[in-house]
Amino acid sequence: MKTQFVALRTPVIAMGVALAITAVLLLLAGADVFAAFGVLLGGALTTPSRISDMLMLLAPLLLCAVGLTASFAAGQYNLGIEGQMTVGGVAAMWWLRGYQDGSPVILYWIGAVLCGMLMGAVWAMLVALLKRYMHVSEIFAGLGFNFVALGLALYLVFGPWKRPGVASMSGTEPLADALWLPTLTGTRLTLITPILAIVMLAIVWRLIRHTHWGLQVRACGLSALASVRMGVPATRRTFEAMALCGACAGMAGALQVIGVYHSLVPNVASGIGLMGLLVALLVRADVRWVALVALFFAIITSGSIQLPLALSIDSSISGVLQGLIVLAIIVARARRGEEAA
Amino acid sequence: MHVSIQQLNKSFGPVRANQDITIAFAAGQIHGILGENGAGKSTLMKLLSGVYKPDSGQIFINGTAVTLGTPRLAVQIGIGMVGQDPLDVPVFDVLENIACGLQMPNDADIRQQIIHWSTTLGFPLQPDQRMRDLTVGQRQQVEIVRLLIAGSDVLILDEPTTGITAAQVAALFAALKTIVATGKTVLFVTHKLDEIVALCDTVTVLRAGQLVGTQLAMPISKEAMLTAMFGEFLTHPQVPANPISTDAPRWQLHDTLLHDTTFVLGPLNLSLPKGMIIGLAGLEGSGQRVFMHHLAGTAHPDRGHVHFNGQPLMRANPLVAWLPADRLHEGIIGAMSLSEHVLLMRDSLLAPHQTAHAKAAQLIADYAIKATPDMPLQQLSGGNQQRAMLALIPESAQGILLEHPTRGLDTVSAMAIWQRLQVRRDNGATVLFFSADLSEVMQYSDAVLVFFGGQVSRLLARDSLSEEALAALIGGVGFAEVSA
Amino acid sequence: MNWTQLLTDIAAIIAVSAPLIIATMGIYLSERAGVINLSVDGSMLLAGMTGFAVAYTTNSLILGFVAAALVGGLIAALIAYLGVSLRISQTAIGFVLALLCTDLSSFLGNPYVQQTGPAVPAWPILGLTTIPVLGQLLFSHDAVIYLSLILVPLLAWWIMRTRSGLIVRGLGERPDALFARGIDVIRWRYVMVIVGGVLIGLAGAAYTLDLKQGWTYRHMAGTGWIALAIVIFGAWRPWRILLGCYFFAALQTMASRLQDNAWQIPTQVLQVAPFVVMILVLAVVNSLGAPELQRWINRLPMPLRRVIRFLTSPAPAALGHPFIQQ
Repeated sequence: MKTQFVALRTPVIAMGVALAITAVLLLLAGADVFAAFGVLLGGALTTPSRISDMLMLLAPLLLCAVGLTASFAAGQYNLGIEGQMTVGGVAAMWWLRGYQDGSPVILYWIGAVLCGMLMGAVWAMLVALLKRYMHVSEIFAGLGFNFVALGLALYLVFGPWKRPGVASMSGTEPLADALWLPTLTGTRLTLITPILAIVMLAIVWRLIRHTHWGLQVRACGLSALASVRMGVPATRRTFEAMALCGACAGMAGALQVIGVYHSLVPNVASGIGLMGLLVALLVRADVRWVALVALFFAIITSGSIQLPLALSIDSSISGVLQGLIVLAIIVARARRGEEAA
Repeated sequence: MHVSIQQLNKSFGPVRANQDITIAFAAGQIHGILGENGAGKSTLMKLLSGVYKPDSGQIFINGTAVTLGTPRLAVQIGIGMVGQDPLDVPVFDVLENIACGLQMPNDADIRQQIIHWSTTLGFPLQPDQRMRDLTVGQRQQVEIVRLLIAGSDVLILDEPTTGITAAQVAALFAALKTIVATGKTVLFVTHKLDEIVALCDTVTVLRAGQLVGTQLAMPISKEAMLTAMFGEFLTHPQVPANPISTDAPRWQLHDTLLHDTTFVLGPLNLSLPKGMIIGLAGLEGSGQRVFMHHLAGTAHPDRGHVHFNGQPLMRANPLVAWLPADRLHEGIIGAMSLSEHVLLMRDSLLAPHQTAHAKAAQLIADYAIKATPDMPLQQLSGGNQQRAMLALIPESAQGILLEHPTRGLDTVSAMAIWQRLQVRRDNGATVLFFSADLSEVMQYSDAVLVFFGGQVSRLLARDSLSEEALAALIGGVGFAEVSA
Repeated sequence: MNWTQLLTDIAAIIAVSAPLIIATMGIYLSERAGVINLSVDGSMLLAGMTGFAVAYTTNSLILGFVAAALVGGLIAALIAYLGVSLRISQTAIGFVLALLCTDLSSFLGNPYVQQTGPAVPAWPILGLTTIPVLGQLLFSHDAVIYLSLILVPLLAWWIMRTRSGLIVRGLGERPDALFARGIDVIRWRYVMVIVGGVLIGLAGAAYTLDLKQGWTYRHMAGTGWIALAIVIFGAWRPWRILLGCYFFAALQTMASRLQDNAWQIPTQVLQVAPFVVMILVLAVVNSLGAPELQRWINRLPMPLRRVIRFLTSPAPAALGHPFIQQ
């Protein structure tokens, strides 16, 4: 009991510090602190439609975070996750554009998700390739490919795939109604998306923690040189872990296209990948906590969307709170001597 | 400068590295500090040079108590140390390396001082040479000159003759005698008796963190020093060397040119027989690492092939094990346990934890490793990590390549490591190792390869060599006669 | 394209790259001392927003710049504390701070969006503007741009030619060696990271108060990451970093030129194009330094090898590694 209490004490203090700083910032902005926290922490849960919106954010966030635990296990900072999500959306859209009335819809859904996963994996492998053979840090390679992906999406939205007549940031021509993923009545929730996210979580967890493959990936992440010495195919494992992450992100991008936007928008990633990175940094390679933390972050982010209307506060406070929590927890770990450089 | 130490204590966790050390060093003399690996010599010197803070005790300089504990204070007082791996900045040139952190503002003055001291001491140093292009011996010379320009009155040298040529040793000894003639004090740390005899005015012996002989004036017999070091008289057990066999060789190189990014070795014609321990002797960076990488199959020759058991070696071969010196960086994965390492080296899709655990427990018993199967290896001592690395070599290994196999280990661990390696040798494996310590090469090799100037000698029977002859060879003296 | 047009363009490139140069020099100082400040993108936004807000409220440009410098310095001090003292992964904290500061700038900057505030006035240097060519290129700008022009030679001289610069270089290469020489590694690293942070903060204000006047959400998001990439591209050498900044600014100028072109590339695509090209160039330049390629490079003729050597030099050896005192 006592050790459990000690183990929990530090993160709780860290959370307290993060919340306190957020409260000060809210005061500075002249907001009603309690009301603001109420909306932030509970606003997403008040009505079924809001809960469903939150779940629709949670699903891609969880997919990204799950993928990132794999790339983190291999020791890679996959900052290219946003780009991987974007090209996932692009690939899904490419597949769906082939749809004609009367074709079997299910084929197009599965095809779109698979295309998205494949393209996301390819995009992640490009980053791994650049790192392994051209010695470009994966951070900058990833960021670079984010820009490339964004450029590609913009080009398609404003060029070949533009809506007849008007090209705008709001995206390509919407998909045929038949291609929209079915939703629960009265909400925007498509049940299949969160389910897929959970399935991926289970698969990745199993792979990383309980297979020889996962052990090798983790070994590469801890020391590539030593792994190679012991006969681990380190380059291959790193590529595979990155590809797995890219596939998860690509799936998220594809699902955003079929289930949320119903068209290709340039900003299909919309910061979800980066939020996933925060989640992954917080839980490190420990997959057990991913779902919980992702849920928490999704609640805060969804809740914050109501802030401007309800209390005239800018919604970016949710990002501030998330950043503070991650920072505080990392510092708390370091002070306990857990976090190594 | 007269240095005296009173009741100095320093512990690392449960290990009392220095216990109640009381000693005085007179100015104008070379004082030898003798002891085996792990006796506490380095700790004592690091306390004096401010790298460590003492737990208790005092240090007096010329009779006044001083506070040490940071290198800054030591530098101000005038105590400087030359470490085994000289602390210089590889990308700097000699002048920059010496100027960095020095109070003297004018580069021209420093340049002049460098020339002055190198001439006085007989060191062939140029102020514009890059540090990374220098040998360990030259870098050591730069450090000595740097400390003298910085005004150090006490020079501490930690095992300075490791990894340098016979000519450099001679130059170093002459320079140290010149330095003490000006009234400065030199503390000379070593585990080699011959050096004490050749150089020192007094000798102080440490054993297991305690002083066992203080300020014994030379000359003293080697037997007396050995008794002090080990408690009772102990000769180095000379292991009989296996003769060079002429059976089908383990490794074979025909007109093979080896390389890495900066270094070319060869062309080489060599046959390395089965069932031998072969020591690679040479200055650090003479190509030993390149050589081993090619024998392991992780690097590929520019020309020709490396044959292993008669087959050309195209990629890393599971029958060849490579044990690097930098254990925690290249050797093992510190955060993982021995069981996980056992698993890692096996091929199976799902990881069966029970069998790995049992196998790890078996290895721990066989190799007398102080650990449990689930303990992260980074929590083990250096000697136990080395044993773990050795234990993880598959039984089937026919070639074992080791880099500094006993560096930083105490005598007991070192002997244990060598025992296991001899067993492997007797079972037919060919063991290659390199070590900066020539006495280790002489003690354990059946045969020796000397590396010099981008070339490798032919396989020399250990019994045809002496340590002095080997020291001359690694400096290139007489190398032409032994080259293949 | 005629001569006058070319001059105008080059003058524009010099002006456009000013904040970028200031930021890269900040990064340069910090990384030379061995510490990565990955928060640059967020730092610049938060400092730029604060600078604008303070200048807008007090109507004082000086106070605006001071505030921005303070914010940049404070974030850097936090990085120094976490990365140097607590020895947390500099990548992790830098990344988190980059995101955190970006959101913080959006949150706190909300009241100042689309406001018109004070701006750095043009300040042609009388008497020098009439020099042909150089007058237009170098002496017809404002104080921020002059700062960017002075900063590179100044820092290049300081780091490469002075004794304290030597210490800074040593910090990034082998801190243990400096520690043994009696130098307080931790304190020096703090100072360098904070000074670097101050420059990064000033760079943020250089956007909001000069080059891209005003404040909007994520006003110049992305430039911080590019600045970090340019320092790598510049191989931690000030003049090469300067070259990288001008190259990126030239790409941006070219992209805006292409907007009324015949190929009908959408404007939005052109806006991200410089980032894409910059990263690709970084990749190619970087790959030239790969050990696998050295054998082939060594076979090239000498002049070509010189060019490659100029472009690729290794990162400071201790970059990103915390100093652990024994």
